[in-house]
Amino acid sequence: MTFAFYLAAAVALVATTLVITRLNLIHALLYLIVSQLAIAVAFLCLGAPFAAALEVILYAGAILVLFVFVVMTLNLGSAVREESEWLTRQAWIGPAILGLVLLGEVVWLLTAGTGLAGTSTAAEPVGPVAVGRALFGEYVLATELAGMLLLAGLVGAFHLGRRTRPDTGEPPGEGSR
Amino acid sequence: MSDLLWAIPFLPLLGFVVLALAGRRLSRRAVAWIGAGSVGLAAVVALATAASFIASPPPSDAAVQALPSWFEVAGLSASFSLRLDPLATVMMLVVTGVGFLILLYSTEFMADDADFSRFFAYLDLFVGAMLVLVLASDLVLLLLGWEGVGLCSYLLIGFWYRDPANGRAARKAFVVTRIGDAALLVGMLLLFTHLGTLDIQELMTRAPAAWPVGSGTAVIAASLLLAGALGKSAQLPLQTWLPDAMAGPTPVSALIHAATMVTAGVYLIARTHTLFELAPPVLAAVGIIGALTLILAGFAAIAQRDIKRVLAYSTISQLGYMFVALGVGAWSAAIFHLMTHAFFKAALFLGAGAVILACQHEHDLYRLGGLRKRMPVTFWTFVASAAALAGVPLVTAGFYSKDLILADAWQHGAYWLWGAAWIGVVLTGIYTTRLVLLAFFGDVGIEPDRRPGARIAVPLIVLGVLSVIGGLVELPASLGGLHALSGFLAPSFAGPPPVAQAAAEPPVGTELVLEGLAALASLGGIALAWLWFSPSRHSQRTPRLPARVRELWASGFGFDRVYELAITRPFTALGIRNRNDVVDGLVRGVVALVRFGHREASATQTGRLRGYAAGVVVGAVVAVGLAAVVFVLVANKGAV
Amino acid sequence: MSSVPLEHVLVLAALLFALGVVALLVRRNAVFMLLAIEIMLNAAGLAFIAAGARWGQPAGQVMFVFILAMAAAEVAVGLALVIRLRRLFGTVDTDAAGEMKG
Repeated sequence: MTFAFYLAAAVALVATTLVITRLNLIHALLYLIVSQLAIAVAFLCLGAPFAAALEVILYAGAILVLFVFVVMTLNLGSAVREESEWLTRQAWIGPAILGLVLLGEVVWLLTAGTGLAGTSTAAEPVGPVAVGRALFGEYVLATELAGMLLLAGLVGAFHLGRRTRPDTGEPPGEGSR
Repeated sequence: MSDLLWAIPFLPLLGFVVLALAGRRLSRRAVAWIGAGSVGLAAVVALATAASFIASPPPSDAAVQALPSWFEVAGLSASFSLRLDPLATVMMLVVTGVGFLILLYSTEFMADDADFSRFFAYLDLFVGAMLVLVLASDLVLLLLGWEGVGLCSYLLIGFWYRDPANGRAARKAFVVTRIGDAALLVGMLLLFTHLGTLDIQELMTRAPAAWPVGSGTAVIAASLLLAGALGKSAQLPLQTWLPDAMAGPTPVSALIHAATMVTAGVYLIARTHTLFELAPPVLAAVGIIGALTLILAGFAAIAQRDIKRVLAYSTISQLGYMFVALGVGAWSAAIFHLMTHAFFKAALFLGAGAVILACQHEHDLYRLGGLRKRMPVTFWTFVASAAALAGVPLVTAGFYSKDLILADAWQHGAYWLWGAAWIGVVLTGIYTTRLVLLAFFGDVGIEPDRRPGARIAVPLIVLGVLSVIGGLVELPASLGGLHALSGFLAPSFAGPPPVAQAAAEPPVGTELVLEGLAALASLGGIALAWLWFSPSRHSQRTPRLPARVRELWASGFGFDRVYELAITRPFTALGIRNRNDVVDGLVRGVVALVRFGHREASATQTGRLRGYAAGVVVGAVVAVGLAAVVFVLVANKGAV
Repeated sequence: MSSVPLEHVLVLAALLFALGVVALLVRRNAVFMLLAIEIMLNAAGLAFIAAGARWGQPAGQVMFVFILAMAAAEVAVGLALVIRLRRLFGTVDTDAAGEMKG
């Protein structure tokens, strides 16, 4: 199990790196799906099978698929030339520095003297039943709020994605061409 | 009768209030009746009061009407009480009498003016304020009247305010007299601080008791009061405003700048004569200033082109005569000349106004001419009053009053003052005759298109007659020895004089010689002017006078220019430089700071998403860094 | 079960998060920026799961569920915005949408 975790971790890291460096959007999305799947494996190793299932079904299977749909609709996958113009070597310098600084800070905080050293994640796997009980027990309020959030997201996405004129006569200022 | 004293200033003031509130809605006739009528009524009351005063003089020769107290602050109590004594009687009669005649004249003169009611409202206010000034029993009330007349002078000089030049002239008058007014106020405060009261009679009793003759405080106080008088009476060095004040309508020039307001300075000095007697250097200065002014103004009058400016400089000059009289302690002579001057100067101004009105508002003497046949009434009254101004011997009032001043000057041993005054008589003769010749003789310059009506003619005639017979109240011993006026005024100037007045009159012989010299001077001046300016010599206007000299005289000896260079320009330059002073800098600094902050803050709103994202990440980096630092500190503390 | 030290997992999460940050900063394409956000959210979820595994409690997974819900809503709205962006400016370049400056 431990070995599986480290392997999955390596896959995830490589895949994520590839995601952020690809020029083709579709390729990046697919690599991200790979990364999500690897993370799901890591979840399994950590004794969280429910989370692993959700990661695969929802994150990789719904959210990223939604991404793919939109990209296909807008036909963004062929904009490789643009991406190469934008993604020059120089453009990486600043973000890389910032990312390194952030990484350094966080890692230092996590490892040095936080009392986390040495603790292991070897515990009983927490199954869906327990998670379900917690969701609708202790955290029922948050669950309801999450539901409302999803509703808001739904309505918002619907409204923003609507075609405006000439069919419905939206108020001006919506800025359609 | 002294119970009605309050009505005398009250009636014109009431007229002012009515006209100010409702004047626009009333008809011209109503305005004229209220405006002139209120002063006329006041004149009637004044006459009645004066008659009863003369017939049965009250005890101590003064009638006091005690009116409610005005204020009492820190020991200074001022009240509205009025006091009538001989001096005030004379002044009051002059103000109301001449004032009424001029108001009557104005009803025709200003008939075409759109601001008819405003004019009469201001004039009524002026007459009321002047009467308050003259009848006041304490200096605070006098100051109220003083300021009131100054205000009205400003309002009336700038009456035709739509022309900015008139506004400038009004401001100039106000500012220059303000200098005097400020000195007057300081003088009054000084008097109060040292003598504890501002009631005039009290002051005149306490001052000699408190201060020896020639003491420093008395000199300072008297000098300050003198400065106030110089401003109002347009003497050196504060005389520059009066020629420009001719921008106002002619009745205004007649009333305010000839007959009444400018005499307020003379009145003030006469009123507080005890104080001046305690300060001989100041009294000497009064005389010297008077003498210098009268000569300077005389020369200036010879070189003027504007008919009213000649009369303005003439007024300055004649006021100089009054100051000379005051300077030698001849109080009655000064008041006598004040009275006759009011008659003939007002007549001259009103006559000039009739000319101006008839000749389409032409003021330039070189364009006028030949009005002798066209405007006979104006001509004859003008000649009569001009003769009085020049002091034509025996038949004019001006001769008697001027002669009295000259005689008193000689009698008091002020021979230099006598000499200056004598030269002044010559100059007066010259410029007066020049004025008459240029305006009324020779070829007709501008055809008059209207004849003066009754309301212009009657005042002219009355004043013209007064210019002739008005001097018969005071005749020197050699000519009859009538001392009606000075006898009447004597109680006002009585009291323990620190300086001995001229005891008796000079011997008849000396007197006749002096009179002869005075007559010679006036007739000589007239003759010279006839020689130079008579119509047959039209081609030579001011013969044998270099242009530089003429310009110097015409500009009143360049005082305006000197003041502008020495005072106005540096002051305005300082003001302009001070526009951006420290306080301004502070305020502007705040504005600049805010603007700067705004610019910088809005520079962060680039609209670029990546910029915002970078900002968020940097913020997160900093926050986590802070957390790390805090954590280290806490951990170290905890570890210990 | 496995006995992976907690800090190793957390370091993995930190690495993934840093990668997401770099991606967010370096990319101009709006869709890529949304992807970067997804990477970061995923990393955070991993950290929560690790903490839950450490204590053996479901709270970690519960938090992960919430993060998932939030990510879903955000992606929906975000993609709708990308569609709008594309319609308005004809491109998904975020620099083109810089009219709200000053």
